[in-house]
Amino acid sequence: MSEEQIKNLEEQFEARIARDEKIEPKDWMPEKYRKTHIRQMSQHAHSEIVGMLPEGNWITRAPSLRRKVALLAKVQDEAGHGLYLYSATETLGISRDEMYEQLHSGKAKYSSIFNYPTITWADMGAIGWLVDGAAIINQVPLCNTSYGPYARAMIRVCKEESFHQRQGFEIMMKLANGTPEQKDMAQDALNRWWWPSLMMLGPTDDVSVHTAQSMKWKLKRKSNDDLRQQFIDQTVPQAELIGLTIPDADLKWNETRGSYDFGEIDWDEFWQVVKGHGPMNKERMKARVGAWERGEWVRDAAMAHAEKKQERKQKQAG
Amino acid sequence: MKENLYNFILGIADNSLILGQRMGELCGHGPSLETDIACTNISLDLFGQVRSYFQYAAKIAGDGRTEDDIAMLRKEREYKNVLLVEQPNIDFAFTLGRQFLFDVYHLAFLSELQKSTDLTLSAIANKCIKEVSYHERFSSDWVRRLGDGTNESNQKIQEAINSLWTYTDELFHQTKADIAMVEQGIGVDVTKLKESYYMQVGQLLEEATLEIPESKWFQKGGKEGVHTEHLGYLLSDLQYMQRTYPNMEW
Amino acid sequence: MSTKNWPLWEIFVRSKNGLEHRHCGSLHAADADMALENARDVYTRRSEGVSIWVVESKNITASNPENNGELFEPAHDKVYRHPTFYDLPDEVKHM
Repeated sequence: MSEEQIKNLEEQFEARIARDEKIEPKDWMPEKYRKTHIRQMSQHAHSEIVGMLPEGNWITRAPSLRRKVALLAKVQDEAGHGLYLYSATETLGISRDEMYEQLHSGKAKYSSIFNYPTITWADMGAIGWLVDGAAIINQVPLCNTSYGPYARAMIRVCKEESFHQRQGFEIMMKLANGTPEQKDMAQDALNRWWWPSLMMLGPTDDVSVHTAQSMKWKLKRKSNDDLRQQFIDQTVPQAELIGLTIPDADLKWNETRGSYDFGEIDWDEFWQVVKGHGPMNKERMKARVGAWERGEWVRDAAMAHAEKKQERKQKQAG
Repeated sequence: MKENLYNFILGIADNSLILGQRMGELCGHGPSLETDIACTNISLDLFGQVRSYFQYAAKIAGDGRTEDDIAMLRKEREYKNVLLVEQPNIDFAFTLGRQFLFDVYHLAFLSELQKSTDLTLSAIANKCIKEVSYHERFSSDWVRRLGDGTNESNQKIQEAINSLWTYTDELFHQTKADIAMVEQGIGVDVTKLKESYYMQVGQLLEEATLEIPESKWFQKGGKEGVHTEHLGYLLSDLQYMQRTYPNMEW
Repeated sequence: MSTKNWPLWEIFVRSKNGLEHRHCGSLHAADADMALENARDVYTRRSEGVSIWVVESKNITASNPENNGELFEPAHDKVYRHPTFYDLPDEVKHM
């Protein structure tokens, strides 16, 4: 194709997205669109899978059977969501194994919040309430994104995740209304997860590299700062309701803006964790790589059995 | 309190509890996402069953204890599960081998329990049997796959079956409570399930190109509360919160 | 070793009798039996289905969007295939 032809196709392509048409796997798309989507979607999938680990850490120790089944179901959903997202990404011409390879080699990123440890039961509450809360804010607009398979996967994800945040909030509420010891546990978890949750919504708009292009392709509908503000505005009253204190001395309702002003985020910490120096980066990767390597002989066995079965069938037919 | 009935229910429920806990350990660490999700489903089914049984047991006990108290606040010697289900997840072959050896028994047990004159128990059995039929199908398929897969997988599943075999005989032992419950038409005479169990298991092992272990020595004791060393560690996880923060609600 | 990975399967679920099977996503499995089991565990966790079809993705032949013009546009002006093309006197209320 000549450069002019490509330019023409690109213009038509952008016009389709601007008209709110969906792009489907076999449609022509600019290479950059494909690459950007592979990057964002696989990163999203990786986050689901790595995100299973901090919560998985408490499945065997959940304090009641009711909590145990809810947590199990939630972590299982995360596996499902990773699966939907990997599948959607595969429509762009990359295999799940290649994506795993990128994750395991450190080439691909995942949400850095999962590099923090879950040290008490209250962390299950804080993650559901705050981390899932922030994730929902990020994800709901994606149900309308331009790439069809991604949008469809997100619709499924959002529908299923609706219980996740409630699950977390319920845990927090119960702790906050419990004994002083339980309330302390809840407050401590909020103190540790609050700032990482704010960071989770991404760097500030002035340093965010992908925003403009992503907006155009509907990979993003609102800027990171807007999302963060939305998250804070909706979460602060929830904390008040259950009598917990947001660990931010500068947090204050701003009448003119109709929003909360909040304190400085420690972006050094954010970049440290992104670069692999968070408290749990190494452990998380070790767990993922370990599961994959320990599973190799199992996957091979299933394939070998499938082939033998096929051969036997053919022999019988022949 | 109807002590025999209570103990009989605990005997059933503890198997699901301990096996569910073992399966739950794997969540997030399976050989593929799909398998991970499937194993978690089994764990969820088992915990669902546990809750039905313990809620009923709590009612029978009638002393204010809840399902969680019964599940998490007994001493090690008071757990009545068979030794088979507490064996650790050494690798995927052990996990699925253990599941298979239990599922075949579990399915046969539940189909008898459906006939119990205790209506609550027969109703629970009625619901559980659908779940367990699927477990049995799933674990059988995997044993077949691993047996008839690669040399490596064949060796691994054979090794797992060989090691776990010694715990199978206990499935057919009866406690005092079991016998009393059979007499009242509530329980299941597990001794009658033994022959068809070994036949069915043997058949599948053969199909999976595996050898049927020839062990003459079997371990026992779980049903009487004498466990392997593995159980203590499992319980310290299971009970951690309830022990560390007694008398709180979660 | 791992030279061969589990192939990709497309999953279709019938949500209840009377409705058609609908594509709901895909997953990996070594063979059709496993694909069915995995589909049950992945795509019907919330009672979404009463029947499942699985098809290995490579067996699906898809039309090429580049041919959409010749394939689908010719149907656009065949308005006589739709009931609104035909005139009816107002007196005839239902037809």
